[in-house]
Amino acid sequence: MRIRLREIAHARSGDKGDTANVGVIALRDEFYPLLVRELTAARVKNHFKGICKGEVERFDLPNLGALNFLLHESLGGGGTLSLMTDAQGKTLSTALLRMEIEVPDPEAKQLGLAKANGS
Amino acid sequence: MKQKVRIAAGQGFWGDLPDAPVRQVEGGPIDYLMLDYLAEVTMSIMQKQKARDPNAGYARDFVSLMNEILPACVDRGIKVVANAGGVNVEGCANAIVDVARKLDYSGKVKIGIVTGDDLLERIDDFITRGIELRNMDTDEVLASVRDRIQSANAYLGAAPIVEALGKGAQIVITGRATDTGLTLGPMIHEFGWAENDWNKLAAGTIAGHIIECGAQCSGGNCQYEWETIPDLVSVGFPIAEASPDASFVITKHNGTGGRINVPSIKEQLVYEMGDPHEYITPDCVADFTTIQLAEDGPDRVRVFGIKGRPSTEFLKVSISYSAGYKAVGTLVYAWPDAYEKARTADKILRGRLERLGLSFDQILTEFVGVNATHGPLAGKPSPDLAEVQLRVGVRGNDRSAVERFTKEIAPLILTGPPSVTGFAGGRPKVKEIVAYWPALIPKSEITPQVETIEA
Repeated sequence: MRIRLREIAHARSGDKGDTANVGVIALRDEFYPLLVRELTAARVKNHFKGICKGEVERFDLPNLGALNFLLHESLGGGGTLSLMTDAQGKTLSTALLRMEIEVPDPEAKQLGLAKANGS
Repeated sequence: MKQKVRIAAGQGFWGDLPDAPVRQVEGGPIDYLMLDYLAEVTMSIMQKQKARDPNAGYARDFVSLMNEILPACVDRGIKVVANAGGVNVEGCANAIVDVARKLDYSGKVKIGIVTGDDLLERIDDFITRGIELRNMDTDEVLASVRDRIQSANAYLGAAPIVEALGKGAQIVITGRATDTGLTLGPMIHEFGWAENDWNKLAAGTIAGHIIECGAQCSGGNCQYEWETIPDLVSVGFPIAEASPDASFVITKHNGTGGRINVPSIKEQLVYEMGDPHEYITPDCVADFTTIQLAEDGPDRVRVFGIKGRPSTEFLKVSISYSAGYKAVGTLVYAWPDAYEKARTADKILRGRLERLGLSFDQILTEFVGVNATHGPLAGKPSPDLAEVQLRVGVRGNDRSAVERFTKEIAPLILTGPPSVTGFAGGRPKVKEIVAYWPALIPKSEITPQVETIEA
């Protein structure tokens, strides 16, 4: 089944110059392996095409059930140089949570996702 | 030695809730009040204020705050650590002395003054000696913007704050000090941690990171079950309850709103995170992949297990420089076809700018209600949108071109697509851009100075 990332994760994002960071956190510990498997740097880079012009780096924080992504060249120059409404990338957190991922039905059932999704 | 030290955060940024520090002092027991006043470009604003008035150049908000809370702090033994000094730490300290005298607290307050961060007068000397202060993001040498520099400050760590507290200071005022040092300093002072006890220094640093954005760890801007977070009207700002073994609890005063739980702390931990294995400060390198969290009762999260490594041989330097001008204009288009109308208006505007021969380093059009936050990820807008805000920004070195742009927005109301409004504010203002130049400098170049004065 296809689910949206927001069903299994929450997130917060911020800036460092022209680089945005998005920290994605599993809503429940048992969802973390799914994040680790599905949210590759390449996948996230592709998700943010048109927004992130540079590289995407991923760092794993298993102790927090979280992944941290650095999205380089994403903030229109960053800081005061940027003309963007969201020059600090604060809403890129929920932009990432829009992503759809495919979860095999047995796994979704085991994780209680099928039920939560009403299907 | 105290077995528990409570450090309360009073400001998450310059301009945060004005009564938050008062509520931290009045709402329950605390030992320290930590106040962060300096954003990245704040120093340049303060530098300009000082150029106009040699007595200015610091956070005046801090002076009016102390006017309100100084008696309570002195009477209850609460110490205050603030980077409110900006580019005129002595001026700020003198203003606090005046406050103490006015409140009849003369002889009862010792103020610690931390300086040595201001490098503006030393830039040419550095460049001459081959210290290039390259931009950490772009690798350019600082000489390329030499004539446009407005401020330059090294980030000082916890050490000079510890020294000031050791000299008996009740109020410690710094210039550019790291947010994390404002929290770590009191812990080192109280518990006597060694300067190479990296795990403990890393723990205090991470406590600082958690509370430095104020209520952003206690229910503010929190996605996790946000609809159920109680009473944000009276949101409680965070308090770090530190123990000598460097474990700590993040909590808030009883009876305040907001929520502190493991998810709210996790969200703040990942905020503005780089490589989690190395969170570099002047004091240590903290490893975020070692942090352990546990619920410790209502609105209490225990943080433990943190590992750190030796600090680096460099300090970060924050330099601000003038980088041209910008202006942003907006208009609101209403149903029907709001988005199409806004798009047409944008084309007309750009056509006129082109006909005028104006050129900019950048023109950015956003459609608020359609794509301003999530860009193309937001998908195709509904044809039935109630309204869309057209938002066009320009940036360039030619002030007159940016000025000319600001005169092209209002005319669109009578010379463009219909059902448009939202121009009550008048022409957009042209803003000078003060940009941020992060660099590194060898620690050996920087000698923090600490002195105390009696009020």
